Amino acid sequence: MTAEELVLAQEESAMTAPEPVTLGRGRIVLRRFLRRKLAVAGLVILVLMFALAFIGPYLSSWNYKDQDYNNFLTGPSATHWFGTTQIGSDVYAQTMRGLQKSLIIGLLAAVLSTGVAGIVGATAGYFGGWTDRVLMWFVDLLLVLPSFLILAITSPLFHGRTWLLFVILLAAFNWMVTARMVRGLARSLREREFVTAAEVMGVHPLRIITRHLLPNMASLLIIDATLNVGGTIIAETSLSYFGFGVQPPDVSLGTIIADGTDSALNYPWLFYPAGVLLILTVMAVAFVGDGLRDAMDDAAGTASSTSTPGDAA
Amino acid sequence: MGAFLLRRIVNYLVLITLATCLGYLLAASSLSPREYFAQRQPPPPVASVNATLNQLNLNDKTPLEDRFAHWAKGVVTGDLGKTIDDTSVSAEMGRRMGVTLRLVLFGTISGALVGVALGFISAIRQYRPSDHTITFLSFLVLSTPVFLLAVLLKIGTVKINQAAGTTLLPYTGETTAGLAGGWFRHLVDRGQHLVVPTLSLMLGQAALFSRYQRSAMLDVLGADYIRTARATGMRRGPALVKHGLRTALIPMATLFAYQMGMLLTGVTFTEKIFGWHGMGEWFVDSIGRQDVNAVAAMVLFTAVLILIAGLLSDIAHALLDPRVRD
Repeated sequence: MTAEELVLAQEESAMTAPEPVTLGRGRIVLRRFLRRKLAVAGLVILVLMFALAFIGPYLSSWNYKDQDYNNFLTGPSATHWFGTTQIGSDVYAQTMRGLQKSLIIGLLAAVLSTGVAGIVGATAGYFGGWTDRVLMWFVDLLLVLPSFLILAITSPLFHGRTWLLFVILLAAFNWMVTARMVRGLARSLREREFVTAAEVMGVHPLRIITRHLLPNMASLLIIDATLNVGGTIIAETSLSYFGFGVQPPDVSLGTIIADGTDSALNYPWLFYPAGVLLILTVMAVAFVGDGLRDAMDDAAGTASSTSTPGDAA
Repeated sequence: MGAFLLRRIVNYLVLITLATCLGYLLAASSLSPREYFAQRQPPPPVASVNATLNQLNLNDKTPLEDRFAHWAKGVVTGDLGKTIDDTSVSAEMGRRMGVTLRLVLFGTISGALVGVALGFISAIRQYRPSDHTITFLSFLVLSTPVFLLAVLLKIGTVKINQAAGTTLLPYTGETTAGLAGGWFRHLVDRGQHLVVPTLSLMLGQAALFSRYQRSAMLDVLGADYIRTARATGMRRGPALVKHGLRTALIPMATLFAYQMGMLLTGVTFTEKIFGWHGMGEWFVDSIGRQDVNAVAAMVLFTAVLILIAGLLSDIAHALLDPRVRD
């Protein structure tokens, strides 16, 4: 089927790296990571983005909900750093709020979806048989339906409710590819001595999955969660662009860009700040994810890197 | 190979059926056509709303399984039901499908070709400035959501047109309204309209393909058979293209199927932003209109296209890799 072979290739590369957990591992990974200039640059940008998103709103006296009735569609100035919108909202305050929202939603949804992928994939891989077949078949089905379609169709369900529901749905349709990877890894780990030893001692299967299988895939899951952040941010902003995601009066980078699209030519400040921040964020995430992969991959030296920040959308 | 393909096709048909049913059930339970009518001014009487909803098979008071059975019975006979404005879904789909297919076709083909070429150049000139440039640009494009890319392209086109003082590249709609002239003039006009929207799809494709092609090609470069080919006196270029590229293309066949979902997501943004009246635009508008049957039609269309891409990739895989033909 569609992504199968692709995933298989990744499974293989993941299998060659059974991590020997030694004391100095964290430091080795850190040192390898710091040697990659792009990855470090990405990390710095990401930290700056988070700082901007959470400290930025306090630097200006405007709130994203405020309206300045003396300034409609004015350009950047000392009072309104990024100018104002048609209804007098402060673009700086809105952009900061939007960045905050997009970052939180992206981060939560990515972590959640990797968590689901880990549990489903490990369960399918460990138990095999019918559990495996049913779960993987479900994964196949969801791969045929792009998550964007499903999320757009179900968007009326979370209108007027908490945005956390949106996060849950975003994660609920984003875990399939990772689950396949985890499954492959779990199938090979299942044959290892320490798992057999645990089985002989009568350890409960669920405990084997949580204590023996998942910790052994930690690096795969960490890398995947990182790269997923870029994908979920793109998915969230894309849905929000059409009004299927974050609902007004709240804003996300997607809704800000949607509002600014039509006036982008004549009033560029409505459009560019959010656009630039969005691209920078997703790119920074991709660089960090790539750096982490290279740093954690014990078979380092393979120059291949196939990061795809745009997977989800 | 015949049996192999047949098995695949059966598998795909089952998946299409299930995906479409799932799409319908999701749409029917999350959209509320009643609201669409209730919000009209002046509000129509409840009885007449009920009558219309019943006629369109959209009444939320009818149990979901009954509505589903009614819809499924129609679909089996080729009738996709009525839109919320009481027109035929099948007819509307027929009008719009071609528009979307045109974008998808040109977008995929040009994107895959450019991406493979860039990835190939990138790999055989690894760590040279050209490699770094291609890598950076592909990261930049992949980090730009389609809606942002499309809007940026639109702005760029407007700037170019302004600089040229004439409409070099049109950027709204698929044809110029009321254009006079022969078929050739119309063909050129359609071609011109196609350029910018196709670009908005093609860039992402090219970036994605170039990343995968680069790493596949790098894996192949050090292979023994390339060295053997070189040892027989074959020059580097022909050896790389004839023996290297062919092997490195195999993973691309899989990627081709895999990215179809992404492309079909992207096409909704392209159509909305450039004003093309295709399936994607219809889908987005239909959700706003709580139009269950139209949304289900888009799910069917998407599932079919993704699985055709899957089938094509199976065939390409079998052609490129003799080991698959069992």
